Amino acid sequence: MSIIKEHDVVPFRNRVKEYAVKIGMSLLNQTKLITGASELVRNMLKYGGGGTVKIEVLSRTRDSGIRLTFEDKGPGIPDVKKAMLDGFTTGNSMGLGLPGTKRLMNEFDIQSEVGKGTTITIIKWKNG
Amino acid sequence: MKNESIKIFQKKKAAILEKWLTLQLEEDGLREDLMSNADLRIQSEELLSSLIDNLSDSNIDQPQSSDFETVIEILSSISISRAKQGYTPRETGSFIYSLKEALLKTLSEEMKDPAALYKQSMTINKTMDSFAIATFETFIKGREEVILRQTDEITEISTPVIQVWDGIVALPIIGTLDSARTQVVMENLLQAIVETESRIAILDISGVPAVDSLVAQHLIKTVSATRLMGAECIISGIRPEIAQTVVHLGIDLSHIITKSTLESALKTSFAMLNLDVTKKQKPKTQHTIN
Amino acid sequence: MGQYLLVTIQVDLYDQLAESLEADLVNMVRKTSAKGVLIDVSSVSIIDSFMGRILGNIAAMSKIMDAETVVVGMQPAVAITLVELGLPLKGVHSALNVERGMELLRSKILQEEETPEEDDNDNTDSTE
Ligand SMILES: Nc1ncnc2c1ncn2[C@@H]1O[C@H](COP(=O)(O)OP(=O)(O)OP(=O)(O)O)[C@@H](O)[C@H]1O
Ligand SMILES: [Mg+2]
Repeated sequence: MSIIKEHDVVPFRNRVKEYAVKIGMSLLNQTKLITGASELVRNMLKYGGGGTVKIEVLSRTRDSGIRLTFEDKGPGIPDVKKAMLDGFTTGNSMGLGLPGTKRLMNEFDIQSEVGKGTTITIIKWKNG
Repeated sequence: MKNESIKIFQKKKAAILEKWLTLQLEEDGLREDLMSNADLRIQSEELLSSLIDNLSDSNIDQPQSSDFETVIEILSSISISRAKQGYTPRETGSFIYSLKEALLKTLSEEMKDPAALYKQSMTINKTMDSFAIATFETFIKGREEVILRQTDEITEISTPVIQVWDGIVALPIIGTLDSARTQVVMENLLQAIVETESRIAILDISGVPAVDSLVAQHLIKTVSATRLMGAECIISGIRPEIAQTVVHLGIDLSHIITKSTLESALKTSFAMLNLDVTKKQKPKTQHTIN
Repeated sequence: MGQYLLVTIQVDLYDQLAESLEADLVNMVRKTSAKGVLIDVSSVSIIDSFMGRILGNIAAMSKIMDAETVVVGMQPAVAITLVELGLPLKGVHSALNVERGMELLRSKILQEEETPEEDDNDNTDSTE
């Protein structure tokens, strides 16, 4: 699913919700997943100039989950460690998006290269 | 040409069933408390029919064949239900092993040629062993489900929310407070606040063995979430040693209402709700009190 | 008698709508010289940092115009997620429902009338 403008945010969230409901994720975990997804999509629009998101359903023994991959070809993040700190922002905001999303997820992976772009992968398990 | 052992099994089905049942009943400690003989017969007959009806030349040495789906299904449902009822693995295993024994016995009675008997026995042996493994796999799965359910129950039991007064809910935490537990605590507490329309939530931590900075963080999160719901959160049951570690670790709990006992937390709650709880004075004995 | 403004957010807002809500509400506070703003979020299933910031902004702006802001009816899953995300919602009061929110506003305004000019950052205890 490609995200290029602000109007794509709400439909995207609804799409994620559909998948979460389909695998029977609890309301709380759904809320965490969608809130985190919303943060990353906003960053992608604000800093990465838009990009794409892949939604996948995962399954493992006795559990299933959702993996979202956010990919943009924007400017990248020079210092990923710094960007992951609470309060770090270059956009005059609260600097909560990245670290907060990490707290809300079961797994969080960020790859970024200056000039090439940023790819963030998150996983939320149904019972996790 | 049809496999000889299949022909024998089909012809001797009733005799095999009887042999099998006898073997099962001979087995030490067959649990009559858990299942009646009549039920055992029904279960056994169902499985045997399904096995013999589906057995063919092409699948007799192929236990993975899809022809045996119903056999595996019956076996699975039997072993799962046995696992949940508390049967031992031996009892569950003997169900399938004694069937093997009955089948092999019947073959040896009916087949005259030793070489053919040997060959057929080996095949049957292998196929039945494979079914036995499937039985154990599902048996263990059944036990794991029991354990998982108990784990859930323990989490549920260990976070009970009690409405102690109109507008006041309390949640005693017993045991360590990790992040998974904190989630359950928050969920239960917030849900209770909505349901009881409470204004105050008391979190009693007298049953929490130690408070380190991580546990404190979980407590602070719970208080914040409670406030977002429009209720106030009081933490009670702060023992002296907990107060000490909290201060030594430099944890700031100053923006949280903390009380040493549940009783004082309740008193504070009453005051916050403008409730006045007084002792009733008996007029006659008034002079003896105070 | 002070007036209150009640805003019910019915759906998950698109960003533009949320921003215009901020502007509209602040204008309404001035026009009606309301003493309190109630924002009913009981049908909102996601509050991310963007939406949280809007709520915080409304509270801060209203405060400058001498009105208190109360967010009412937040869903438990949303509250837990906000806390995990790390969003403080500064200056925003909370109440369980609209009725409780009104009650809270009344008591806040009463307090202010009893102790005029009482605020954290001014020095009324001088005149020596
Ligand atoms: N996709 C991206 N491409 C380039 N830079 C990014 C990207 N995502 C985040 N960043 C950088 O990382 C910083 C931290 O992001 P984070 O989401 O934590 O905070 P924020 O967006 O600034 O504030 P908030 O999310 O609280 O509104 C951003 O300010 C920005 O510099
Ligand atoms: Mg952000």
